[in-house]
This record gives sequence, structure tokens and C-alpha cells, in this order.
Amino acid sequence: MLSDIALYGAIETGLIYGLVAFAIYLSFRVLDFPDLTVDGSFPLGAAVAAVLIIDGWDPWLATGCAVLAGMAAGAVTAILNVKLKILNLLASILTMIALYSVNLRVMGRPNIALLGEDTVLTPWYSLDLPYHQVPVLLFVIVIFASLILLWRFMKSETGLAMRATGANPRMARAQGIATGAMIILGVAVSNGLVGLAGALFAQSQGAADVTMGVGVIVIGLASLIGGEAVITPSTVVRALIACVVGAIIYRLAIAFALNADFLGLQAQDLNLITAVLVTLAIVLPGIRSSVVGKLTRKKA
Amino acid sequence: MAKQTLRTLLGASLMAVASLAQAAEPRVVAITQIVEHPALDAVYQGVKDELAERGYTEGDNLKVMHESAQGNSAIASQIARKFIGDSPDVIVAIATPSAQTVAAAARNIPVVFAAVTDPVGAKLVKNAEAPGANITGVSDMLPIDKHLDMLLRVVPGAKRVGTVYNPGEANAVSLVELLEERLQARGLTLVKGAATKTSEVLGAARSLVGKVDAIYLTTDNTVISAAEAVISVGERAKIPVFAADTATVARGAVAAMGFDYYDHGRQAGVMVARILEGEKPGDMAVETMEKLDLFVNPEAGERMGITLSDDVIAEAAEVVKSDK
Repeated sequence: MLSDIALYGAIETGLIYGLVAFAIYLSFRVLDFPDLTVDGSFPLGAAVAAVLIIDGWDPWLATGCAVLAGMAAGAVTAILNVKLKILNLLASILTMIALYSVNLRVMGRPNIALLGEDTVLTPWYSLDLPYHQVPVLLFVIVIFASLILLWRFMKSETGLAMRATGANPRMARAQGIATGAMIILGVAVSNGLVGLAGALFAQSQGAADVTMGVGVIVIGLASLIGGEAVITPSTVVRALIACVVGAIIYRLAIAFALNADFLGLQAQDLNLITAVLVTLAIVLPGIRSSVVGKLTRKKA
Repeated sequence: MAKQTLRTLLGASLMAVASLAQAAEPRVVAITQIVEHPALDAVYQGVKDELAERGYTEGDNLKVMHESAQGNSAIASQIARKFIGDSPDVIVAIATPSAQTVAAAARNIPVVFAAVTDPVGAKLVKNAEAPGANITGVSDMLPIDKHLDMLLRVVPGAKRVGTVYNPGEANAVSLVELLEERLQARGLTLVKGAATKTSEVLGAARSLVGKVDAIYLTTDNTVISAAEAVISVGERAKIPVFAADTATVARGAVAAMGFDYYDHGRQAGVMVARILEGEKPGDMAVETMEKLDLFVNPEAGERMGITLSDDVIAEAAEVVKSDK
């Protein structure tokens, strides 16, 4: 069966991707802004953090800069959309491909190793815990803090204005909300979270690599939808918890697939499993009750 | 092909002997690879075949686990955790990202990497000569020293070696730096011609005329795309052109020594077998490719004003005729 190390490894990766799921919740669900920038801002966060750590910066400060870099990338996408009137999906694709070059420039080469460097995890390894549990402990704290901050933000006046912008932009504008500014802020925060996820991932994996961003959007979406299938996102808190739960479930599913020799499943079947999981997650609640409209058509 | 059959036969006979000798519980080798790719798949096959030849029979006294991350680094990390949790006898990590993610989490399990160009730069090992920890492996770095040995054998009096490179290509720049260092160690000088795009390669090659005794091209993508330009300059100015990749020999370079990723995997397989037999990875120096295939093109040599000696031609794995 699943070994301890594989189990904690799955939870660790799930917690990091929980941050990505928060980001996707913010862009897709709250703002109704399909944002593919994340495939570029994830390695951007990793690249910025890795370069600064190698340069001798404090790892937390480097991680903070990764968040700011992610926010800047998100802001670019949103400005392309809001100010230059480029379709949101296209704007995010443009930023995403531009980021590939930017990431190579930031790193100066395709891969920066962090093995043996001081990372945010280093001080925690002196705790009296098995080494594979240490990252889980730290990332639980990080994701809990992010969840609380996001929740409080969503309940603030700005957060409510942002939610109104996504739900009904015309009405929001009529109420005097600067919807353009809300979109820029929201997409920036969303990508800041992804930058954070990238920075933490690089530090737990021992390297930043330009190819790290491949498929981040799909995994984030699968986590979000999977989580929503388990926990009905009737409130903001429930929706955020659903993101984390979904991300961990997705990673556990992969860990089991890697272990499921008896089913004949292998890692190369993962993309198919992802597609099946997402489909099931969308269809099952509809069979269970009649809230299918909630998931297939947004806020009908 | 005949070589392959011989290997299989040899492997089969060894297996028969070994299966009599060892009936203990199977040794476990876990192989993680970042993506399916012809070169990386060949490494995987090479590792398995080498182990088979050394008497480790899959399903009998050997269990091989193999997973590919399909280019996804999060999955690579989960594969690494799964393997470490299963605590096999050896983990083989193919390509840099897979090796790094295994290295980040493996504490006591021996790890052998393959298809990693710069294991020190990738922080897999601190010192390639004496890795010390639980990780060692085979690097696919160009064996520049062996290439220079060959170049000097063909052009014994060479004092100044020229190269054309793209200063915008990170890989090419580091190879040229390495080339310069290795040449200086032999008391030779490197003359560089820079070309930032394929259309500039001809000019860069011409700038070398009169300043060099031979030209050596690294695996610089820009320059190799326009290798004919360098070769035509070599033919007109009678400067022999050597290459780092064997494909360029058919295009008119005098000679090149290359390796095949299958043999690379075989070499990694030898290291895996040594660890299975009790050696410590920390005591095993990181290896570079040993088995190199020499490709020569005698006609191209004539056109560039040199004659390849019979023993060089006899040593060649392949004697190529130019396409043109």
C-alpha cells in the first residue's frame, strides 16, 4: 500500500497546489476571468525565489519577491484586458508565452538547483519530526494563513466589490465600483498566490526549472472542481476549504495511481485519470441532486 | 545489429549462470524518467539490458519499477516520493529534473543518475570525483578531452584551434568556455568566431582563416544548422573541420566522436550493478561517456588538405561518404 513517504509527499504537493486552486477560484469563479497566466507565473515565482536564494537572500524575503513577481505578471494580463480591450483568455495566453522568455532571462539558464541551499524549510528540519513530515507542517501553516487572509479580504469592502464585479459587472459599475481596477487587483492577487506556490514548490523540490509550469492551470482547475464536488461551495470559506481538499484529493489520486499496479494503471495514464476525475466531479453532484446548473453553468 | 544479437546471446548465457547462483529475494531497481523521449527511453533500455547481462533477470532475481512523469514536475516529485517510500535497492533518475527531485528527498537510498549534463552545477554532487553522499551517476557532457585527443591525432601539429559559436546560446557558451580551458591546459590556443544567427556563420568561419590550424564545432544549435558554411570555408582554405556530433560528418566534417544514449544507459547500468554488489555510491566517481564511436569522412579530409591515416580509419565505427 501507500508508503508514509508517498502519502506525505502527496499531501505536501497537494497543499502547494491548494494555493494554485485558491488562485483559480479567485480568477475563474469570483472574477469570471479565465486566466492561463498561471502556467507562466508558477515558474516565474520559482525562478525569482531560486535566483534570490542563490544570491544569498533570506528565503522568506525571496519568497515574498516571488509573490510580487507573480502579482506583476497577473497585473499585466489584466491591464491587457481592461485597458487594451484584449479578450481575457487571449490576454492571459499572451502573458503566459511572454513569461517563458522572461523566466529564462530571470534564471539565465533553464534550471537552477537549490539542493543544499538554505530554504524556508531548512530551520524546520531541526524539529523532532520525520523529515518527510516537515514540509507538510510548514505548508499547512502557510495555506491556513493564506486561507484566513483571503477569507477576510473577500469579506472586506474591496472584496465584496470584487465579487460584485465578477457576478454582474454592469450592476457593479452602476453601484460606482471601478470594475477595471477590481479585475486588475483580483488577477494580480491570484497570480501572486501562484507565484508563492511556485516559490515553495521549487524550494521543496530542490530546483527551479523553466518547464515547471506545464499544466498548472489544468491541475488547478481539476483541484477546484474536484473540491467543489466534495464540499458544496455555498460560502467563501467553504469554497476555499474545497480548493485545498480538492488539491489534496487530486494528489492522493495520483499517488494511488502510481501504486495501483493491481489495476494496471501507470503514471502515463494520469492525463486520462485527470480527465475522468474532472468529468466525474462535474457529473456526480448532478446525479445526486439537481444542482447541476451550479457547476455546468455558472451562477445561472 | 550483429552486435545486438551477440549482446543478447551473451546476456542470456550469463543469466543462466547467474540464476543458478542467486536464488535469494529479488533486488529492486526503481527508474524514474522526466519524459518519454527517444534518447531517454534508450537510456532506460540500456540500464535494463546491462543489468540483464550481469545476471539480474527481471521477474526472477530483479524487480524493475519504471515511471515517467510525462514532463510534469509535480508528478516527477510524487514518483520520487513513491520510490523513496518503497525503499528499493537503487533509484535510477534519468535527466536533470528527475534527478534533482529524487535528490531532494532521498536520504539513504543509493541513487544513480543518467543523462545529466552538469551534475555539479545541478547540485546533485558537490565533487564529481568523490560524490560522498548517496548519489552518483553518468554525465552526458561532451567528452571534449577525448575529442581533442582525436583532433590532435589527425592534425598533430595543431597549435591554434578555431571554433564558431553563438554567444546567445547558454549551452554553447559554457561548452566554448570548457573548450578554451581544456585547450589552454594543453598549451594550445582557441580562436573564436561569433555568430548570433545562422546567416552570420559563414562570416564567422571566414574570420578564422589564416589564424587556425583546425576547426572544432561544439553542439551549438545555430552553428550546426549552418555547418555547411564552416565546411565550405574549411575546404577552400584547407583547414580540417571536426565536429562534436557524428551527424555532421556526413555533411562534410573530417571526423567526430559521438555516443549513443543506449550505451549511456548501459554505463549507468554498470554503476547500478556495482551498487547492488555492495559498493557505496559516495565512493564512486561520476563518470562521463566511455564508449565513443568514431565517425570519419576520408573524402572530406582530402578536400580539406589532410589524409586520414589507415589506423584512424580502421578504428572508426563508421566510414562516411559525404552526401554531396
